[in-house]
Amino acid sequence: MAAGVAAWLPFARAAAIGWMPVANCPMPLAPADKNKRQDELIVLNVSGRRFQTWRTTLERYPDTLLGSTEKEFFFNEDTKEYFFDRDPEVFRCVLNFYRTGKLHYPRYECISAYDDELAFYGILPEIIGDCCYEEYKDRKRENAERLMDDNDSENNQESMPSLSFRQTMWRAFENPHTSTLALVFYYVTGFFIAVSVITNVVETVPCGTVPGSKELPCGERYSVAFFCLDTACVMIFTVEYLLRLFAAPSRYRFIRSVMSIIDVVAIMPYYIGLVMTNNEDVSGAFVTLRVFRVFRIFKFSRHSQGLRILGYTLKSCASELGFLLFSLTMAIIIFATVMFYAEKGSSASKFTSIPASFWYTIVTMTTLGYGDMVPKTIAGKIFGSICSLSGVLVIALPVPVIVSNFSRIYHQNQRADKRRAQKKARLARIRVAKTGSSNAYLHSKRNGLLNEALELTGTPEEEHMGKTTSLIESQHHHLLHCLEKTTNHEFIDEQMFEQNCMESSMQNYPSTRSPSLSSHSGLTTTCCSRRSKKTTHLPNSNLPATRLRSMQELSTIHIQGSEQPSLTTSRSSLNLKADDGLRPNCKTSQITTAIISIPTPPALTPEGESRPPPASPGPNTNIPSIASNVVKVSAL
Amino acid sequence: MATVRHRPEALELLEAQSKFTKKELQILYRGFKNVSIFSFQECPSGVVNEETFKEIYSQFFPQGDSTTYAHFLFNAFDTDHNGAVSFEDFIKGLSILLRGTVQEKLNWAFNLYDINKDGYITKEEMLDIMKAIYDMMGKCTYPVLKEDAPRQHVETFFQKMDKNKDGVVTIDEFIESCQKDENIMRSMQLFENVI
Repeated sequence: MAAGVAAWLPFARAAAIGWMPVANCPMPLAPADKNKRQDELIVLNVSGRRFQTWRTTLERYPDTLLGSTEKEFFFNEDTKEYFFDRDPEVFRCVLNFYRTGKLHYPRYECISAYDDELAFYGILPEIIGDCCYEEYKDRKRENAERLMDDNDSENNQESMPSLSFRQTMWRAFENPHTSTLALVFYYVTGFFIAVSVITNVVETVPCGTVPGSKELPCGERYSVAFFCLDTACVMIFTVEYLLRLFAAPSRYRFIRSVMSIIDVVAIMPYYIGLVMTNNEDVSGAFVTLRVFRVFRIFKFSRHSQGLRILGYTLKSCASELGFLLFSLTMAIIIFATVMFYAEKGSSASKFTSIPASFWYTIVTMTTLGYGDMVPKTIAGKIFGSICSLSGVLVIALPVPVIVSNFSRIYHQNQRADKRRAQKKARLARIRVAKTGSSNAYLHSKRNGLLNEALELTGTPEEEHMGKTTSLIESQHHHLLHCLEKTTNHEFIDEQMFEQNCMESSMQNYPSTRSPSLSSHSGLTTTCCSRRSKKTTHLPNSNLPATRLRSMQELSTIHIQGSEQPSLTTSRSSLNLKADDGLRPNCKTSQITTAIISIPTPPALTPEGESRPPPASPGPNTNIPSIASNVVKVSAL
Repeated sequence: MATVRHRPEALELLEAQSKFTKKELQILYRGFKNVSIFSFQECPSGVVNEETFKEIYSQFFPQGDSTTYAHFLFNAFDTDHNGAVSFEDFIKGLSILLRGTVQEKLNWAFNLYDINKDGYITKEEMLDIMKAIYDMMGKCTYPVLKEDAPRQHVETFFQKMDKNKDGVVTIDEFIESCQKDENIMRSMQLFENVI
């Protein structure tokens, strides 16, 4: 309404003339219309689709992007239109909002895409009209659940080494797949639950006669055996319960949870039986208690997700179930009364009282029809048939609701499981992409340096190799390069890092490694402290110094003389021959000089072969050392 | 839902009939059309019914209850009394209010006050109008609205307007009295440039 209303303000003001003759005091002056701008059409070009509207339409909502001067940032001088590089479909809804004052949410649109667009245009989603609000909220909730789910499983999968023993135990209990021990525990408890339930059942089976007495159930015949079995099961359950109690993060909440109550109820009868003596009076009650042992079967719900879903469904359909119960009770009472009075006349009728008729009514309404009570009078038969017909209806009505609830929850669970399964693949893909890009950087770094080196030497042939990366890529790599320079660290890949860490304890320098430039491994040298989480404790205290060494370029390595304890910084791309007697020793103070950046003696420039990919860096050009014991080796 | 579609007269015709330019008519029509879709359920398309009229007017006066006054306004605009305001009616009314002579405006105001259109404004009619106007103020006013404020106002009005003290105000009395009052004359020019 707001849209049209603004246009009617002139009318409302004009109609105010009706007050004038009645007024006693003079009227205030009207506000002057400073710039009487003619309403103009503006063109909004959204990804090629042109929308046109009046300027005043957009100015109805001055706190959004289109209604304020913010849109001037998108004004294209050449085409005299406002260009937005966004989705034209959603823009339709946005523009309609300005026109009609109502924001609609199209069903086919993805909720997060829609939210993003709204955020871009500065429109709060709360003003979505009533017609679409339900749909929007539902979709939003689903999305939020999905995100939470993802986050949860993400958190679960992060291996936090800092979990306490208690927490690990709890995790083992809740997710049996986390460790083999948990899995074993899971199966063992499952087995014992099954054993316990089966013994309870078999106990009552008649087992053949002992000579001299009547037929006994197995429980009494082999009472010792059954008692032992029972004891064993209860032991296991008790231990399990105590362990869970110990490991639970919130003991109070655990005690109140359904599963723990089931656990307690399952083992209580045994202990009560132990405590109680063979007192005749209470043994009757004790026998009743044994019924509770059947609750052990509910312990299976920890093992079966379907059972949990069923329970959850019943809980969520509580109102429908309640309604079902209520309507059934009403119908039962009505029909029982009617049948009682109808059958009162007939002799030897089984319908002795109204409560007695309840049984008939229930059996008839659920279409069981045992036949132990049947009406004999005509009126009774008529009402009996009405009773059975209505029973079908009353029961059939709430059932589909429960079924659909169950189906929805079940499918939700399935979707969650599928998502979790896919998540692994998804994360793997992301990881590959990440390593791919970092490797690309390292790769191009080498190529780039190669390029620089070649430029210095003036060899034109290989220059084109460096140009294969796009401008964006090269800019990105330059950025990473700057970061390296800033922190005096370098990027290397995982394998190199692990190798370095392993070799750091070794004194000798493995130089026979044949590098291959094509492999992504080993492009830079030192163990960067890039992986901050992994705090590998290295024996050599000088090692931190190693990490600070900044190896700028791959192509040179500044090798220190002998007195330092060896710190391996193996560069597999370099072929440092052992017989060179070189130890790659790096100290912070000796910063290797790059061909590019730091002025180096011209002797640094590589001579000899300069071809990548050389399987081995070829003969190292032993450049005459600058300092007394500095040898530079070129990887080229 | 009515199937009759009401189309407004041609733009040139309306331009000739009213005192608006083509552009102004276009702007007015756009606003009118946007609102008339809300009346589409009850009326032929292209007209605004009283319900919508009241709704629109109440948007401008959120504090009080403007339905009564809007009702009177509606009757004033709906000159052919068919329960709906077409664009022609709308333009006719606006033309007078915004571009008419003072005489025409006063005529229009008289028409508004004269509820039963019998040519006389009685005290009861005026009281209704006054109450409607005061209703638009709502409860939260300063100073607090008294119960008999409308009535008093009507008395003042009649004292000023009713020359021969016969309890009714005729059109001539009305116009004459208004022309003598400077305030009124000035306020009549207030909304000239509203479009």
